[in-house]
Amino acid sequence: MPREKILHKVRTALGRSSGQLPATPPPVRLRIPEVPLDARIESFTCALNKLNGKTCVAHSPQEALDYAAQLCEGKRVVASNSPVLRECGITGLPNVRSNYTDAEKLREACAAADVGITSADYALGDTGSLVMIASPREARLISLLPPVHLAIVPRSRILTGLDELFTLLPNPAEQTSSMVLITGPSRTADIEQILVRGVHGPREIHVVVL
Amino acid sequence: MGPRVALFVTCIVDQLFPRVGLAMADVLERIGCEVDFPEAQTCCGQPAFNSGYRAEARDVARHFLSVFEQAEYIVVPSGSCTSMISHHYAELFRKEPEWLDRARAVGSRVVEFSTFLTEVMKVEDVGARLDAVVTYHDSCHALRELSVKSGPRRLLGRVRGLTLKEMDRAEECCGFGGTFSVKFAETSGGMVRTKVDSILRTGAEIVVSIDSSCLMQLQGALARANAPVRTMHLAEVLASR
Amino acid sequence: MSRTATTEPPKFRQTLEDANLQLAVYTATGRLMEKRREAVAADVLPEYQELRTQAHEIKKHTLDNLDYYLELFEERVKAHGGKVVYCKDGSEVADFVLRLAKERGARLIVKSKSMTTEEIDLNERLAHHQLESVETDLGEYILQLAHQRPYHIVAPALHLTRYDVANIFTEKLGVENETVIEKQTMIARGVLRQKFLQADIGISGANFLVADSGAVVIVENEGNARLTTSAPRIHIAVAGMEKMIARAQDLPVFLKLLGRSATGQPLTVYTSFLSGPRREGEVDGPEEFYVVLLDNGRTRLLADREKRQSLYCIRCGACLNHCPVYRKVGGHNYPWVYSGPIGAVITPQYMGVGKDPWLPFASSLCGACYEVCPVKINIPKLLLDLRSEVTKLKAKERAGWAERTAFRLWAWVMRHPRIYELMGSMTAAFFPEGETPGWLRSVPPFMNIGPLKKWLSQRDLPRPASKSFRQHWRSRRKGVR
Repeated sequence: MPREKILHKVRTALGRSSGQLPATPPPVRLRIPEVPLDARIESFTCALNKLNGKTCVAHSPQEALDYAAQLCEGKRVVASNSPVLRECGITGLPNVRSNYTDAEKLREACAAADVGITSADYALGDTGSLVMIASPREARLISLLPPVHLAIVPRSRILTGLDELFTLLPNPAEQTSSMVLITGPSRTADIEQILVRGVHGPREIHVVVL
Repeated sequence: MGPRVALFVTCIVDQLFPRVGLAMADVLERIGCEVDFPEAQTCCGQPAFNSGYRAEARDVARHFLSVFEQAEYIVVPSGSCTSMISHHYAELFRKEPEWLDRARAVGSRVVEFSTFLTEVMKVEDVGARLDAVVTYHDSCHALRELSVKSGPRRLLGRVRGLTLKEMDRAEECCGFGGTFSVKFAETSGGMVRTKVDSILRTGAEIVVSIDSSCLMQLQGALARANAPVRTMHLAEVLASR
Repeated sequence: MSRTATTEPPKFRQTLEDANLQLAVYTATGRLMEKRREAVAADVLPEYQELRTQAHEIKKHTLDNLDYYLELFEERVKAHGGKVVYCKDGSEVADFVLRLAKERGARLIVKSKSMTTEEIDLNERLAHHQLESVETDLGEYILQLAHQRPYHIVAPALHLTRYDVANIFTEKLGVENETVIEKQTMIARGVLRQKFLQADIGISGANFLVADSGAVVIVENEGNARLTTSAPRIHIAVAGMEKMIARAQDLPVFLKLLGRSATGQPLTVYTSFLSGPRREGEVDGPEEFYVVLLDNGRTRLLADREKRQSLYCIRCGACLNHCPVYRKVGGHNYPWVYSGPIGAVITPQYMGVGKDPWLPFASSLCGACYEVCPVKINIPKLLLDLRSEVTKLKAKERAGWAERTAFRLWAWVMRHPRIYELMGSMTAAFFPEGETPGWLRSVPPFMNIGPLKKWLSQRDLPRPASKSFRQHWRSRRKGVR
């Protein structure tokens, strides 16, 4: 069995024995700065705008709906099962398809869609990132296959940064098989370091802070 | 009377650029040091160490330690040789506790020339004058192993008539690297030509550094390119009046 | 040149004389240096040095106790419905993938960027058994079409221009001479999108393995790794065992350092934290999840306490960008897929120091690599250790006699100051006075050999002083005092 052989080699190399506990690990040093909500929103939109993301701070569900309706006009749209989208009325828009529970059908819909709409579990103020946790409410492909991604994020979900996220979720694997941080539109600079957006993922990312 | 300092001029300065050692002695005496030159000194052993010949390097290092064991301060016109003694001797004598102690004791008293002026003697103005536009080359071991960066620039800032123009690649290696310069001659040559371009872009007449080995590489390449730029060790600049 | 030489391989010259390539590599690495410098500047990341120290400590702790964390990782992956597979080398990895593909009737594999799979030539091994595996990172895709290996750890096609890409696309995809980078990118997107939707298996690498979560963490900008790990039915992550970190809460330290050190990004566009197959209720994601843990020599590196730190590497590529040697000779002159300073350190350890003994010598020891390494690997020190191992090996093999004798002689002279002085004076007498005072453009033919010839091939030579410092000093003492 390669497993036993390799583990044995590792132990021999380290001078450790089977079942031996590790030394005390270095302390975790996560720091959460005190940042008021307004400043977190400001920081988030600023950071995302810098990455060529579009942001909008909505003061009512209607404003969020208006933004979505305008962006989606005449387009094929897939929305996630997030209650936030339903509450805004986005899933009620005529060209928006939602409520997918079958992976195959969802994949076909996403591959053909122009816009994917999701919520986000959290957002990070300092980097302008969305935190997407796979769940019955949020599928992986909606924020990935369509060339345009729109996310509606409740403002209370905007954290300061990575340290706060991993303080809230010390072990994300306990609640999901997939947590993805999205920081701006998909990009590449593999040819001559020239920036091109939308190489595999969405070329446009829109976030409405609700 | 200031402190007694023993010069370790390095083999390169001794054999190729004695004027650098003389300039260093002048400057140190000018600021009140009592200067001594232990004549049994040769080399620190770095060429062998860097080429992978540890036993040979150790032999030379033991000689160095015996020669300088009594010195109060050992001042060196080179960041690279200083670092060899203060940092790398420890590795060399890792398995010889007695020599390791001696190396640590001597190592703590070895000081690179510009650092000796600014940090030990707390002197920045040594009364020098040089009417020239110069640029400063950060030698790698001084910069990265001894954190020497602002000291030489502060010293240059106090030289009357001197203008310092920074180059865009001041911190980039000149490509010398000891035996690297001959083992990998073409790569080393490519590196120094890039560095020379950066020097020429400043319009400076003189390149200053605190390591004669870098200056040997730079001056050699500048001369080969027929460039109207010369090199000076910081000690030579500070000795000018 | 003998096999045991510790000098420049002759093929370097071709790269050094290629002006276009020099410019491309120098510009690209220079830009990456600049971006990193801005991203770690004290005003934007005051805790940068502290993060480096923490990252080093976490890696040290995890690797010093690696057996424990491997087992913990395995247990957690299992708990989430995934499977861990240990492989001793590339052929075991290929066997595993081939067997799985056969059992599941898989025909097409999509791959996201992974240096580990490059290391074991996984694509070639699979192709040998008629299993198609397509690289989906744009740079890697171009290189796969062109049958080249990566030029750089993070920017694999750094050496290619849009015109090179146009030629490759014309020849391999039948696209006529498209030289607009944006359009080239979209062509690749189109081809690869179909592959993603058809593929049965996605193979990714891993930037980190998180022991307490049983998670694979992948960092990227394009989204191809997300597609590779989300679209196909089966996800296989292939990772070197050393990618382990102890806890999910250690991740922020590394994520803050990795993107900044690599491309100057505070975070890359996508960071995926994947722990097992799709769970009950989740709408999409792979149904099967495997993590292949590769040894391939890593246990050998672990055994050396000092050199163990070369396994801390998080493959950010900063040491390449900042290495004046890499910037001159580029990525393809290094003997293995890992190039630059980190390549010069790990390749001899994986392959044996005797294979390419020149490699640890291909450095001016400037220390720029160590200065920018986000996990503080003391690369110059490791190079020095390896140099010593090379000379020891050569002594054992009775090779490199001339150099060894020269250094023995030199060391003897250096311990005898009188002889040293005498030899110095004698040497000086050999050198004629040149045109530039003190500098020689050439020496008489009988002297133009060995190191002198090498020196003179690139630059002028300082003429040894007719009076050494010690001789000056003696007269100075007599005259002045």
